[in-house]
Amino acid sequence: MKILVTVKRTPQRDSRINVASGGTLAMESIEFEINPFDELAVEEAIRLKESRGAEVVVVTVGGEVCRRQLLSAMAMGPDRAIRVDAGEALDSLQIAKCLAEVARREAPDLVLSGKLAIDDEGAQIPAMLAALLGWPQANQASKIELSPDGKVAEVVCEVDAGLETVEVTLPALVTADLRLNEPRYASLPGIMKAKKKPMEVIPFDEIPDSGATRSAVIGYRALPPKPPGRSLGGVDELVEILSEKKLI
Amino acid sequence: MSDVLTVMGPLLRPVSNSDLAAVGFGESLAARSGGALDILILGPTTEDNERALVHLGVRNVYLLRHADLESYTAEAYASAVVAFVKDHRYQVIGAVSSSSAREFFPRTAAMLDVPMASDVFAVESLEPERAVFTHAVFVGNLLAAVELRGPMSLATCRASEFQAPKRVEQVSPVRRVTVSEALGHERKRFVAASRTQSARPELTEAEIVVSAGRGIKGPDEGLPLVEKLADIFGAAVGATRAVVDAGWMPNEYQVGQTGKVVAPQLYLAIGLSGAIQHVSGMRSSRTIVAINKDPEAPIFDVADYGLVMDLFEAVPELIQAIGGARH
Ligand SMILES: Cc1cc2nc3c(=O)[nH]c(=O)nc-3n(C[C@H](O)[C@H](O)[C@H](O)COP(=O)(O)OP(=O)(O)OC[C@H]3O[C@@H](n4cnc5c(N)ncnc54)[C@H](O)[C@@H]3O)c2cc1C
Ligand SMILES: Nc1ncnc2c1ncn2[C@@H]1O[C@H](COP(=O)(O)O)[C@@H](O)[C@H]1O
Repeated sequence: MKILVTVKRTPQRDSRINVASGGTLAMESIEFEINPFDELAVEEAIRLKESRGAEVVVVTVGGEVCRRQLLSAMAMGPDRAIRVDAGEALDSLQIAKCLAEVARREAPDLVLSGKLAIDDEGAQIPAMLAALLGWPQANQASKIELSPDGKVAEVVCEVDAGLETVEVTLPALVTADLRLNEPRYASLPGIMKAKKKPMEVIPFDEIPDSGATRSAVIGYRALPPKPPGRSLGGVDELVEILSEKKLI
Repeated sequence: MSDVLTVMGPLLRPVSNSDLAAVGFGESLAARSGGALDILILGPTTEDNERALVHLGVRNVYLLRHADLESYTAEAYASAVVAFVKDHRYQVIGAVSSSSAREFFPRTAAMLDVPMASDVFAVESLEPERAVFTHAVFVGNLLAAVELRGPMSLATCRASEFQAPKRVEQVSPVRRVTVSEALGHERKRFVAASRTQSARPELTEAEIVVSAGRGIKGPDEGLPLVEKLADIFGAAVGATRAVVDAGWMPNEYQVGQTGKVVAPQLYLAIGLSGAIQHVSGMRSSRTIVAINKDPEAPIFDVADYGLVMDLFEAVPELIQAIGGARH
């Protein structure tokens, strides 16, 4: 089987990003990594590869800077990488259209994505991609089980009310949630091997009907500051405050 | 073409404040565009819900029942919205940000080929062909103004940031819509849903939330204390990822970037460190109280009141003090 995993380059998970003058982001000292939810998607793909054999291809839409993250992804085990060479100004639907073109060329059985990119927090692209392909989807997976013939996936999804199980017949798209697995660290040989794995670049102008950019961030701002909290001497003081506020 | 649609459903449980926030979001959009607001309920609902939703002052309440909408699937719900808007024109189609809307709204946006904004905090402006929404980014640490261009757009809203509309005496007409084509996807099947039964209030609806972190040590150590405290307050219980990952509480209790977003009157954070991913889901709470034995814990940066204490001393003391005050 063939699995395509979408990955995005995002700021390291615990970075504190500030707003610079003019409502732009101060990104000078920020380090990047693979979006944590995409790391789970990569891990899941490699586990499927290990348990039943699969070709795993990672794909990103972005500039030359994303090479590093594609290498780190491949160091975990995937076979090759594809980068759609696009500037940063694309919107979710355009990125989904780029990924859809890659999916059409590669014809995978399964696309695995993260459920959310931790920078823009859109949680849009995977569902858009599934729609563009006309495929079924399963969102926020905490468990994926393939049927013995590899044609059907039973997916347990984390939903507001608890857990929901759905069945998708492949080809299908599944997004990873935090409890899907525990991503491995790349080994040193893995890192060395990654450097020799193929990395294809698809020029943006090969994407048919990528459409106009219709969604963009026009400015960032910090959250309104919060007054410093009060340190309490003991439980008595807490009880006093709670009753003052009529909370008890 | 300046009308607004709020999409809801499936709606078998009673209409919640979150559902009503979606109508409030629609109302604020319609007020800006000068158009009318309609509600579309997808799938089955109850007569009680119908009765509640006709008193919100909207132009029409549409009900779309269909065999493929009886149990929720993103594919069928997205196709239903697409089928409905073939005969109706809206400038913005909105819904409350929920696990289902997060899945079927972007699917709908791609099918309609229109832009979308996620988890909107506020409407900055709405003009023909252009909408600007506020949306939190970078794990809730910054706000972004997102501009959507075009005659139609989709948006989900953050429930805690919008108010339910006022109840009005006037009754909105209920219109039943039929769609003859199949809506489901032949390769998708709903299998089962499981939810934990609890007598406590719903996490996202509760006035008071008591949340537990890894500091509670385990299901037999600190958890009973936290639950007891929650029961005295009539509160919902919440948890950090660490607690859910350890299997001490089910996944639907997780608060944060990957869990629920809550904004109660009082949030009691017990034995949790206050990682940004957790804070992102509770930062808008009216009053935040933190109990943690580490004075350096980041939760104290967002807490209105901080108590540096061992929870195994503080919580029993608190239970005793307010247990007496309450009963
Ligand atoms: C992509 C991503 C998404 C995430 N999403 C979420 C999310 O949605 N929600 C979430 O919660 N986390 C999320 N996390 C995890 C988050 O980063 C933290 O790891 C997690 O919130 C920590 O949980 P905790 O505070 O319970 O545990 P810890 O960080 O271990 O904190 C335990 C705290 O308890 C205190 N303590 C210990 N014993 C006692 C005692 N006896 N009395 C008083 N205090 C005590 C300690 O001082 C410490 O501060 C996410 C992480 C990633 C990478
Ligand atoms: N530029 C991109 N290239 C490849 N995949 C992406 C890109 N942006 C987002 N994705 C995928 O879509 C998921 C959700 O992203 P988002 O919709 O932006 O929150 C991510 O976890 C990635 O798997």
